[in-house]
Amino acid sequence: MKSIAEIKAIREKMQSQIILRENSEEGETRLVVGMATCGISAGARPVFNTLVDEVAKRNLSKVKVTRAGCLGMCKLEPIVEVFVPGQEKVTYIQVDSEKAKRIISEHIVNGNVVNDYLITSEV
Amino acid sequence: MYRSHILVCGGTGCHSNNSSAIFDEFQSQLVANGLEKDVQVVRTGCFGLCAVGPVVIVYPEGAFYSQIKVEDVKEIVEEHLVKGRLVSRLLYKEKSDEQVVKALSNTKFYKKQTRVALRNCGVINPENIDEYIAYDGYEALIKVLTSMKPQEVIDTIKASGLRGRGGAGFSTGMKWQFAKNSVSDIKYVCCNADEGDPGAFMDRSILEGDPHAVIEAMTIAGYAIGAHKGYIYVRAEYPIAVKRCQIAMEQAREYGLLGKNILGTGFDFDIEIRLGAGAFVCGEETALMTSIEGNRGEPRPRPPFPAVHGLFYESTILNNVETYANIPQIIIKGVDWFTSMGTEKSKGTKVFALGGKINNTGLVEVPMGTTLREVVYDIGGGIPDGKKFKAAQTGGPSGGCIPVQHLDVPIDYNNLIEIGSMMGSGGLIVMDEDNCMVDIAKFFLQFTVDESCGKCAPCRIGNKRLLELLNKVTEGNATMEDLDKMEKLCYYIKENSLCGLGQTAPNPVLSTIKYFRDEYEAHIKEKRCPAGVCKSLLSYTIIADKCKGCTLCARNCPVGAISGKVKEPHVIDNAKCVKCGVCMSKCKFNAIEKK
Repeated sequence: MKSIAEIKAIREKMQSQIILRENSEEGETRLVVGMATCGISAGARPVFNTLVDEVAKRNLSKVKVTRAGCLGMCKLEPIVEVFVPGQEKVTYIQVDSEKAKRIISEHIVNGNVVNDYLITSEV
Repeated sequence: MYRSHILVCGGTGCHSNNSSAIFDEFQSQLVANGLEKDVQVVRTGCFGLCAVGPVVIVYPEGAFYSQIKVEDVKEIVEEHLVKGRLVSRLLYKEKSDEQVVKALSNTKFYKKQTRVALRNCGVINPENIDEYIAYDGYEALIKVLTSMKPQEVIDTIKASGLRGRGGAGFSTGMKWQFAKNSVSDIKYVCCNADEGDPGAFMDRSILEGDPHAVIEAMTIAGYAIGAHKGYIYVRAEYPIAVKRCQIAMEQAREYGLLGKNILGTGFDFDIEIRLGAGAFVCGEETALMTSIEGNRGEPRPRPPFPAVHGLFYESTILNNVETYANIPQIIIKGVDWFTSMGTEKSKGTKVFALGGKINNTGLVEVPMGTTLREVVYDIGGGIPDGKKFKAAQTGGPSGGCIPVQHLDVPIDYNNLIEIGSMMGSGGLIVMDEDNCMVDIAKFFLQFTVDESCGKCAPCRIGNKRLLELLNKVTEGNATMEDLDKMEKLCYYIKENSLCGLGQTAPNPVLSTIKYFRDEYEAHIKEKRCPAGVCKSLLSYTIIADKCKGCTLCARNCPVGAISGKVKEPHVIDNAKCVKCGVCMSKCKFNAIEKK
């Protein structure tokens, strides 16, 4: 038998998993990872998984991690694009798991764009 | 941690379209691509849009794939899940403009819906209690057991204005109050899942898609009236619903949400399932309880009402599946939220099973007060092949027809009764210009005649006589006096039958006479079926000018009723003709007409 506290714990644990099934709503931040062949071979999958884990760990309810196809800049993959409502799109390039963690903690949580990984106009 | 969820519909509609094999194929394809740890496949209840099943939804994108075959699975996994490209060929397309709609929530079918009773159907895995808990499951039960007195629960349900979704529309709160006030050693909570109306499948879908909601609500009801035992009476023809209910009950017991000392609060409640053999009369409350007791399912006179003497002659409440599915939400979200939906006397939402001549066959849930036009045209996608709407039948064999002039009446309990139909359990069958209304009335009456338990004479004999009169009409042998006699007989049956089955059985006849009297008169006076359905009144003839003498009709006629020489006009012998219509469908020159 479970106690009421245990039932509530199950709810909290499960909610981070089912958040994926919510249909997109207003005011939602989206992290889009390029997951075409180019992205995957450059290591997009661990990046994606890191983003998902980091978002879940912090219980960020209005943040959704999703995939996109090839963004056209295959040599800069893995690419992560961040769409925060009301702000300009931010494109991070050559992301790896470590960079993904910084993107979540600095950009998504604290609102500071991580300038080190940005795409530049020279590219 | 899964990064993507694939929801495969496991409702009966999609299940019979092979969704089980699709589910298995997804699992093996994920393994083949090494994604089994990244992507979760979930078998859910009904999504509602059965017309385009089997249905698969992939989250987080919310991509809505329809009419999926086992062969398509490989492509979805390799393209969508591995490479992140949607398979647009398989995405659901709205028939009206053929635009590809990516997300389910963007379809016209879903936009006008408000899902309360169906909120978890097609969203959670009904065989996993944790997913139900994640969507606020058992929150209401915890709230009730830890912070509300039984009377407070009943007051909340009363204030919400919730009315029975099984058909009669009696106030649920009042029903509970009567049972609570009744002095009885033992009390029972029953759930009526004996859904018998032809074309209705909302209760089945709720039990298949969200069984825990019903279990939670029954437990709340038990607490409110002081009962410790519940029964779910479900038809044996609903094997998936039965299985998922059983699984749900076992999981609830394991978590201490059902059984002795629920969540350590000292409250005991447990539920048993009783299978019905499928008699329509067992949907009537007293017959249902008689059946649970182990006797032949026959109704008994009321009063005494079940709240006083119900199951095993003890105080009992009996509510419909959909009614229960609303309860936990009312407790959590409050009376104000619930009463903000609906009309003055009908609060909340209603689930309808759309069927018949409609594009989006399936389950829809709309706020009370939505018009039939919105349901049929906006949500249901209109009538196939550009045909004209003639009528909608609501309430199954107990209800009536709503003709085109009432398309804009807001649907609620009172309005439907005013226009000669009833809410019923929510079957909504759409008819177009090709349907003969006399034939429709005959179909429903035939059903009730078959299903009459025979206990009382008005229903057993009266409906049989009424059916004979209807047959006379469709065969062209009736007189105008017969029509008057039918109307009189209808009122007699309604007033004198023992239970709801007999009291409502003549409704389809009465409402079709009321709105489509001209069709009855055409059958009687002109010996003609305007829709071309009643076979006895039909005759097929070959138009000599158009017939090229190709002999195709003669070769296909199953009874050899067509004769003629090659390249000369043929003739149909009406004495031999069985009016099957094969000749007409085969003719390439439109030379055969039906009158």
